[in-house]
Amino acid sequence: MSGALIYACAGAVLFVFGVTGLILLPHLLRKILAFNIMGSGVFLVLVGLGQRDGTPDPVPQAMVLTGIVVAVAATALALALVRRLLSLTGKIQFPEEPEGSGRCWKNK
Amino acid sequence: MRNLLNVLVIVLSAALGLVLIGVILESPSPARVRLPEEVLMQIGASGVTHPVTAVLLNFRGYDTLLEVMVLLLALLGVLAQMGKQKRENPPAGFYLTEPRMQVLLWLARVLVPLMVLVAGYLLWAGGHQPGGAFQAGAVLAAAGVLLNLSGLLPSWMEPAWNLRAGLVSGLLVFLLIAAAVMMTASPGLLLQYPPASAGMLILLVETGLTLSLGLILAGLFLFLSGDAIDDEADK
Repeated sequence: MSGALIYACAGAVLFVFGVTGLILLPHLLRKILAFNIMGSGVFLVLVGLGQRDGTPDPVPQAMVLTGIVVAVAATALALALVRRLLSLTGKIQFPEEPEGSGRCWKNK
Repeated sequence: MRNLLNVLVIVLSAALGLVLIGVILESPSPARVRLPEEVLMQIGASGVTHPVTAVLLNFRGYDTLLEVMVLLLALLGVLAQMGKQKRENPPAGFYLTEPRMQVLLWLARVLVPLMVLVAGYLLWAGGHQPGGAFQAGAVLAAAGVLLNLSGLLPSWMEPAWNLRAGLVSGLLVFLLIAAAVMMTASPGLLLQYPPASAGMLILLVETGLTLSLGLILAGLFLFLSGDAIDDEADK
């Protein structure tokens, strides 16, 4: 097992941590953090698998570079949405769905 | 019931992790398509000597083009969430009279010019070693965030025309060069630079991208931080 594969496996572990956190944690900031950890895991898998032959592959590296910047932007957008939710409902959680209605919350 | 579900999620995630690790360990090395060799073979025609920059801005230039659009879209989303009310900017340096802030102020004033210099260097270095528009833009954005946190730069509320122009300039330069190349050098092909002028065109695109990415990434922070002051003022 080469060093590159250790990175890729660590990436898989991070990804799974992220998935679990995204599903289990109710607080939205934690969900965003979990989402970022998931993304970092994917990047690590890509870079790790890209250099398992010993020479780094520039194509996955360029894709990861693109991905990191997009992830930063997506995180900022998610934070902005969370903030909007906070100012609308006063909570940083998804509202509980009431029984028998298809809507999450009523419009004011 | 809820605990049971949580346990189920954890067990399934662990199983997913084991499967992923198994796949990573078992997957054979791709024998037919050798991308690193392909890139190294074609790098002479790309106009730069660093393989990652060659992939980013030449071989897969449309990837980068779309990425800049995604970034702008994210920024538009942030702007759309800011709310309608417009307030006066809080005066810059509103808490800077305290003596303990002087160190931060001094540090910011020394560091920011250096960061701009580093961004310029990274932009230039991208042609032949690790560096390029994204790293340079990130450093520029960090300089903006530092200025904002130390109170020297007020948060952005509503982008004026010059800020808007700066935010889209990178994309516009990119599109302009793509259109010009498509019309003159290689009709019908997107972003196929002629090898003779590829280096120059890539440098032009990267310069526009650095400025614009720095503004966009800084804006993602500065627009949101401005909103925070707004919220506190409401309470």
